[in-house]
Amino acid sequence: MSLQVTNISKAFGGFKALSGVSLEVPMGGLVGLIGPNGAGKSTLFSVISGFMPPDEGAIGFDGRSLDGLNPAGRARTGLVRTFQVPREFAHLTVRENMMAAAPGQTGESLVGLFLRAGKVREEEERLAEEVREVIRFLRLERVADEPAGKLSGGQKKLVELGRALLVKPRLILLDEPFAGVNPVLIGEIMERIRELNGRGIGFLVIEHDLEALTRLAPQLYVMDQGRILTMGAPDAVLADARVREAYLGGAV
Amino acid sequence: MDAYLAAIAIIALIYMLLSLGLTLQYGLTGLINFGHVGFFAIGAYTSALLSLQGLPLALTIPAAAVTAGLAAWPIGLISLRLRDDYFAIVTLGFSETVRLVITSEKWLTNGVQGIPGIPRLFETISVGIGAQLAVMGLILAVTLAAIYAMRRIVASPFGRVIEAIRDNEEALQALGKDPAGFKIQVLILGSALAGIAGAFYAHYITYIVPDQFIPLVTFYVWMAIIIGGVGRVSGAIVGTGLLMLFLEGSRFLRDIVPGVSEVEMASLRIGVVGLLLVLFTIYRPQGLMGDFTKR
Repeated sequence: MSLQVTNISKAFGGFKALSGVSLEVPMGGLVGLIGPNGAGKSTLFSVISGFMPPDEGAIGFDGRSLDGLNPAGRARTGLVRTFQVPREFAHLTVRENMMAAAPGQTGESLVGLFLRAGKVREEEERLAEEVREVIRFLRLERVADEPAGKLSGGQKKLVELGRALLVKPRLILLDEPFAGVNPVLIGEIMERIRELNGRGIGFLVIEHDLEALTRLAPQLYVMDQGRILTMGAPDAVLADARVREAYLGGAV
Repeated sequence: MDAYLAAIAIIALIYMLLSLGLTLQYGLTGLINFGHVGFFAIGAYTSALLSLQGLPLALTIPAAAVTAGLAAWPIGLISLRLRDDYFAIVTLGFSETVRLVITSEKWLTNGVQGIPGIPRLFETISVGIGAQLAVMGLILAVTLAAIYAMRRIVASPFGRVIEAIRDNEEALQALGKDPAGFKIQVLILGSALAGIAGAFYAHYITYIVPDQFIPLVTFYVWMAIIIGGVGRVSGAIVGTGLLMLFLEGSRFLRDIVPGVSEVEMASLRIGVVGLLLVLFTIYRPQGLMGDFTKR
């Protein structure tokens, strides 16, 4: 009952981006993944979410193998990712961004759209209500009807989180949720993540901002040069000499 | 003069159907289809050939939509694996292939000689302006139905998803939705519209040859939607109207501007349209119908 990443390797030409990476996120867990630039964190996310095939290794989620599934198929198992550079649907409003994410809509088929208009309308009303709640939860009311492309970087991160929530995820892979976000909003986003985690949604968070992540995640993995260096509670991990060497360049 | 105006209106409506198809494919879904004219040609030849076999137009015109739509299906399957720019090349290649096939398969299409004597719409009802107006009325009704359907689509969950594909396909996949099925549906639907447009064209002009189906037709449609505003149904309508007005209206310009021959004028027209496109792209990329992000 968890996300199980086993012995993943991935090379680009001669460059080994990932070598034998294994990690585990228990259901409902909140796990951080830190490491210097180029450590392979985002590559690992791409492999887990199915956007990039690994050369070796296996991914399991909730006791089933994800190896044969494409990105959309993996998301439908409840494993949803966000992107380091936000990929909002720029010309859709914040509200529409989230509505587009909800699964199983009758109105997404042309037949349903034209022949079952009543059912489509009903579903739309129900979905609109659900989206209103998510928007309220993420404090995005003020920009709800703005095109998402016009939002600030931090707000776009929240839109991505909101979209992920509409998929009814069991585990969210968050790629640098605090990068380029102002400090006030960082606190907000962290608060939301904790709250969602409290509701049973698991998180695997990549973060560059070491300080923010140590405050957020009770358990950390540290990556360097495509390998998992160590794992454990933030204090223990930060005290590790290898981590200081790799991540902090021995400066601390 | 009435007949002339009716003729312009009919051609404009036919182009409007083409523009609506491309708006669905490119404006809403982001599929760069440079081969629109290929589906137009398939529709024209399908309906022309079937009607010459004695089938009623009430059957041959829907058949044109079906064959053009079906032709889009394999193209979609192959091309969905390609990046945007390669998709554009494949579609351009497809429309040229269609033109070459109808040029060389003489047993079916009569090659470069073309197909003369294609039955008109409402042939039995009347002649002269009455028939013209009846044809115009029918094409207008079909265009309005297409506009209505497009508006329904834009405002629907389906419309939301195809616009999400246009804005960021990978993000949509990451949310558990496969873009492939949506793209294929959009290609088929837009091409079916082009097929209907082709059928109307064949039955209006009554004589079709391969040379009427050159890529310039595709690019006229592109010009129309860029000028009108990509991604908006109203943009397709306004853009096509303006382009047609200009292309036709500039015929009269020659009467005022001395020393320009017919051939020179034809080139000049395209030159001006080209200049307009450049200016629009620089100064008003959202087109005449305003903000691309607001519907």
